[in-house]
Amino acid sequence: MPIVIGFMFTGIVVGYLLRDISFLKNTEKTITCTVLLLLFIIGISIGSNKSVINNLPHFGWQAGILAVLSTCGSIFASWMVLKLFFQKGGKS
Amino acid sequence: MRHNVIILLVFMMGCVLGGMNLVPSDMYQTNVSMYILYALMLQVGLSIGSNKDFKNMISGINLKLLLIPLATICGTLLFSALAGLLLSQWSVFECMAVGSGFAYYSLSSVLITQLKATTIGAQLATELSIIALLSNIFREIIALIGAPLIYKYFGKLAPISAAGVNSMDVALPVICKHSGKEMIPIAIFHGILIDMTVPFFVSFFCRL
Repeated sequence: MPIVIGFMFTGIVVGYLLRDISFLKNTEKTITCTVLLLLFIIGISIGSNKSVINNLPHFGWQAGILAVLSTCGSIFASWMVLKLFFQKGGKS
Repeated sequence: MRHNVIILLVFMMGCVLGGMNLVPSDMYQTNVSMYILYALMLQVGLSIGSNKDFKNMISGINLKLLLIPLATICGTLLFSALAGLLLSQWSVFECMAVGSGFAYYSLSSVLITQLKATTIGAQLATELSIIALLSNIFREIIALIGAPLIYKYFGKLAPISAAGVNSMDVALPVICKHSGKEMIPIAIFHGILIDMTVPFFVSFFCRL
């Protein structure tokens, strides 16, 4: 969905151009509010979805596998980068 | 952590309200959430662009420093693909879309709900988004609690990679504590860059 990314890039450009305007300092707060609103709505649609609720342990188990593997993958990769590029010459 | 508790509470409140059938279904079945998502993405962009470190980050891009976010991305995606082979219910690309959240659980689950609904239907899209939400929350918890061990066995860069997008905010204190103060700019740079890639990778793998 390129529209989603288009909105983000518009935001980056506008945010950069208007970076001295003080209300942009509050984006962290408005992002939190928007995320809360969205998660609330998603929560409603999940809660009203009986088959999802009944299978929650099943999803938790799958999410656990994904979380452990994806974290381990990034740890191994950055360990390799550290060994290969950041320790060899001793410059960093 | 308090922030996360509030997010989880609001989410669970929504679940309970939805479970009691108190809310008319057209409230969440229309495109309202899509428009809120657009508004959210605009704000994410605004916060990246107006970040006072953004200019320094762009001008100070060092090819060697790019290796760290690159490692985070490659390692995460590769192992998420492996998980896709283990979890027969989901395709490799769907698991990679979940992994592409890089611990940004709110945004990744929202994106997956919206983008996957058109291809695999609302039911499966909701299930995958729950997995994305849980799995990315788990990743954040692993990165926060596991930081000392990750540092001990895999060196000073690993806690940054493990934290994913949180290396610039939530996980910054633990990274600073274990990897050292000199890692702070690297961690922030890593976080901003990963932050920008989340919408890109999630939507990319959702379309495959």
